[in-house]
Amino acid sequence: MCLAIPGKILKIKGETAEIDFNGIRKEVNIAMVDVAIGDFVMVHAGFAIEKMDMDLASEIQGYLDKK
Amino acid sequence: MKLDKQKLLQSIKDNANQIGRPLRLMELCGTHSQSIAQHGIKSLMPKNVKLVSGPGCPVCVTDQTDIDVMVGLALAGIPVAVYGDTMQVPGNLMSLEEAKRQGADVSIVYDITEAVAMSQEKRGLVFFGLGFETTTGMTAWAIQQGLIVYCAHKIFPPAMSALLANKKIKVGGFLNPGHVSSIIGTKVYEQFKIPQVVAGFDGEGILLAIEMLLTQILENKTIVQNAYTSLVKKDGNPKARKLISEVFEISDARWRGLGEIKKSGLKIRKKYKKQDAEFVYANLIKKIRKEIKPKLSACKCGLVLQGLIESKECPLFGKVCTLDNPQGACMVSVEGSCNVEYRYGK
Repeated sequence: MCLAIPGKILKIKGETAEIDFNGIRKEVNIAMVDVAIGDFVMVHAGFAIEKMDMDLASEIQGYLDKK
Repeated sequence: MKLDKQKLLQSIKDNANQIGRPLRLMELCGTHSQSIAQHGIKSLMPKNVKLVSGPGCPVCVTDQTDIDVMVGLALAGIPVAVYGDTMQVPGNLMSLEEAKRQGADVSIVYDITEAVAMSQEKRGLVFFGLGFETTTGMTAWAIQQGLIVYCAHKIFPPAMSALLANKKIKVGGFLNPGHVSSIIGTKVYEQFKIPQVVAGFDGEGILLAIEMLLTQILENKTIVQNAYTSLVKKDGNPKARKLISEVFEISDARWRGLGEIKKSGLKIRKKYKKQDAEFVYANLIKKIRKEIKPKLSACKCGLVLQGLIESKECPLFGKVCTLDNPQGACMVSVEGSCNVEYRYGK
């Protein structure tokens, strides 16, 4: 049930944003997140549940490099 | 992010070898169970490492009586809207799908905004609100838009406490849910003295989390680590949690398999009682609950959900209980342990 897909915000109008999912565009509700155009969000059942932070992925890389 | 799978697998193997004793690691999220099966991760595990599924499929842990209430409302002529994966779950009387076949007005929605739009035309429509923190925020939003909801939402950490309190469930570490954690954060897990890693959903992300769990076990640590840093933050998503607490308050809840767990559920606050099916249809729901006749079944969903037995050990699995003829919720949801085992385990 918690399947979610990441997408990039193209436009924002009130609580709705147009999001690009790798070429497919869809309107998504963004009432639960503070976001701006260009941000990546994780989308579950029509709602953005959280903003994504690609920079933080490097923390994991750091963990692995120590191995 | 590209992780080196060979390196991860080697490290998992080395750690498991050094630990030596048999280990059971439990994934707490149904989407993880699905991903583990899809990527064949169980077959990659060393002999002494066993992955077991926990109560992380929200459809599976929904109590039978909640299904009965929704079926009862639908049969009484009230339009209802549900997420698709609840349609086939057997109730004591029948499933929502059977109710629909009998002419009840049951609609499937992919997202709750569709139910909000539908309720403009179908006055009095009831949405079946269920799921963990990932979906609760959207239900809260919809209630604020005026949607009537029958609430079976649950919160996750009390289920973890219940699992840990049951000494029969011998688990060496938890793979904590990814998207639930994006809302509730990771700090909340620090109360549990067991190795825990929040995992992402791709194959490499899950292998990484398993590797981290084994490293913790080897080093005798019981900490909370995050292997899904691109999404999950220590404090989660406070905006979503604020929305949830505006609309819901904590209550006791019944879980299939686990029974009643104190303070593990949510109910709609009095402020929004006009959107609460328990208030709007109070008499009808009371009548439905009174008339429930518990159906005897040999279905072992309850034990499967706690990782006490595997799907294959249930006498119904694969014989009477199949994808086309599910006898329990774990066979219905694509994230249910039995459904996953049926599709990938052969």
